[in-house]
Amino acid sequence: MSLLQTNNVVKRFGGLVAVNKMTFSVDEGHIVSIIGPNGAGKTTFFNSLTGIYKPEEGEILFKDHSLIGLRPDQVSARGISRTFQNIRLFGSMSVIENILVGMHIRLKQNALDALFRSKKFNEEEKDAEQKASALMEYVGLKNVGNELARNLPYGGQRRIEIARALAANPTLLLLDEPTAGMNPNETEDAIKLFRRIRDEKGITILLIEHDMRVVMGISEYISVMDYGEKIAEGTPQEIRKNQRVIEAYLGRDAASSKD
Amino acid sequence: MKTFFSELFKKANSGFWPIVITLGFLIVGTISVYQSPRSLSAFLTLMLCPLLLYFMKINMKIKIFIGLLLIIVILPVLGIRNIFYLEVIFQMAVFAALALGLNIVIGMAGLLDLGYVAFYAVGAYTWAIFGSKQLSLLHSIPGAAPAGAEFTLSPTYFWLFLFLGVGLAALAGILLGLPVLRLRGDYLAIVTLGFGEVIRVLALNLDKPLNLTNGPQGITPIQRPPLPPEFIIGPIRTLLTPIVGRPPTDAEFYNVFFYFIALFIIMIAIMVATRLEDSRIGRAWTAIREDETAAIAMGIPLVRMKLAAFAAGASFAGAMGVLYSANRTFVSPETFSFLQSIGVLTMVILGGLGSIPGVIFGASAVVILNIQVLQNFSLYLSELRQSDAVIPIINFAWKDLSNQLDPAKYQKLVFGIILVLMMIFRPSGLIPAERRKRELVEEKE
Ligand SMILES: Nc1ncnc2c1ncn2[C@@H]1O[C@H](COP(=O)(O)OP(=O)(O)OP(=O)(O)O)[C@@H](O)[C@H]1O
Ligand SMILES: [Mg+2]
Repeated sequence: MSLLQTNNVVKRFGGLVAVNKMTFSVDEGHIVSIIGPNGAGKTTFFNSLTGIYKPEEGEILFKDHSLIGLRPDQVSARGISRTFQNIRLFGSMSVIENILVGMHIRLKQNALDALFRSKKFNEEEKDAEQKASALMEYVGLKNVGNELARNLPYGGQRRIEIARALAANPTLLLLDEPTAGMNPNETEDAIKLFRRIRDEKGITILLIEHDMRVVMGISEYISVMDYGEKIAEGTPQEIRKNQRVIEAYLGRDAASSKD
Repeated sequence: MKTFFSELFKKANSGFWPIVITLGFLIVGTISVYQSPRSLSAFLTLMLCPLLLYFMKINMKIKIFIGLLLIIVILPVLGIRNIFYLEVIFQMAVFAALALGLNIVIGMAGLLDLGYVAFYAVGAYTWAIFGSKQLSLLHSIPGAAPAGAEFTLSPTYFWLFLFLGVGLAALAGILLGLPVLRLRGDYLAIVTLGFGEVIRVLALNLDKPLNLTNGPQGITPIQRPPLPPEFIIGPIRTLLTPIVGRPPTDAEFYNVFFYFIALFIIMIAIMVATRLEDSRIGRAWTAIREDETAAIAMGIPLVRMKLAAFAAGASFAGAMGVLYSANRTFVSPETFSFLQSIGVLTMVILGGLGSIPGVIFGASAVVILNIQVLQNFSLYLSELRQSDAVIPIINFAWKDLSNQLDPAKYQKLVFGIILVLMMIFRPSGLIPAERRKRELVEEKE
């Protein structure tokens, strides 16, 4: 049974059809990748799933409930967490606070608890802090809990973003080019981390990725987008051999020397 | 040079030095204010003590003891000798609370609000209307109060209205928040500025058809809360008589009384601000300030949190508004001008956006600058004007100096200069915001 199912999702910007009739699904417990040339509409598709954009047409079902019309915070509460292509941390908050913000929907305290420092509040805060520490450890961050997030190196910031997304206890984790800008060692670590997240925490992962080693290495299933449309899908072996995919990539490459 | 000073500070802030220096300032300050109650430098010396207490490494218990000694004993006693000081501290407390409130909106949640003084007005007019004779003058022409009008409520209702003022201001905060939720940055600033003016103009014009605010003339007299009963005041009066040199009058007791109410409110304001900041709500506000899109993707309900920020920030101003109208026994629309909003903003920016100790310091510094330093400078200039002195080289006689050049009128200039200088040299303020350091148990390898 599929955890996420979209039917004919369309997102337009004026005359530009950024996402065109995307019909797509992610099975529970899988690692699924979306690939495609620059400007194919991958990020726009993510934004449509998470409520940041409102798609003009189509249907989005998550655990068989429609996500259409929900605000991003409501989508997040349903169990979808994400990271961003260009890292979006809360730069002048500490690393641990960034992760605590990720726990927002899980925390039960209200303003009065905070004002009177009720027992419930103190216990919850302590527990949250411990969980956040554990998450830092989990994504491989050490002794940086009190640093400001913006002071961490690039790789570290990517890790915080993942920890922050995990803090919400999601069922589905959306990662938008999580290894962009990483060196080969860091990429290797990241691949291991994604596998662990799926294997140990049982979280389904949907990622957008340009790095073919990552994509081919960890995905069970791959969808390929070009000009807003899904042009192919299948296992890594199938995608590798798919003529349309090769054309989409080579065609682009020949026209404009890519990247 | 910079390292020299920081070395010096390090040295002064270790061993027994902190306590010696702080006590030194406390004693010298107290004695010199006692001796010469009108000297500005004496007062500033004394006012350095709270700052030293904050920055110096001193045992927490001793800090609290010295702080309480200063607040509960020294300042009121000195204040009775020179009432003006209590007024200064009263204003410091009022503006510190306003700055703390505005800091929630601008500093924490990042919502640029230029009409903040509106909430102060809501609080002030709440008590002004119910705590004066205004309700029995609803049908009379402003300014032509018939004789024999009665106060509507007994003055003890002040305490209830302190809470009502908080509630109404918070409500006004939500009302302002609702239409501006989608706006950011400059647009938000302009709409809030407009809102501030709307409230002021309402106060100005709600004298018809029903005379609710008495228009431009303002409302007076407004009742003050009754003094504590004689069995509390009596012993204090006996105690103070030898120190002050005469039995303190009721008017003087009122100043001390308001000073304590202001202190009480500011303590609560500080507590509320710090506790909210360090909770799920405060983190959500800061997250919204840092990156709205990321915040909402992390499950933070933007609308609710922004409204909460407006309401919480406004409530501080509401409380101080009620207190202010009782203290002055008079309110008029003029008090709630745009310049006041800018004044509070200046305090927040001077102290440090998002920094609770910072904005308290900023408020204190601007108040002292405005009502003491500038005033003293004005006085000095007018003395020079009356003398025969001339400025040497250019041979300019002081008495020819234009009367327009009265520094006390230069508030706007001062605000402007502070804002510009801070933006250029220290955008994060004199006491920048810091994130709380947590003791994390991180697992070892
Ligand atoms: N907010 C927006 N307004 C207008 N056009 C947009 C907007 N966001 C994206 N687009 C356009 O939609 C198309 C798809 O962009 P999108 O960012 O989804 O591509 P992508 O597949 O994520 O590319 P990349 O690999 O470079 O990240 C592009 O042509 C882009 O210019
Ligand atoms: Mg993209």
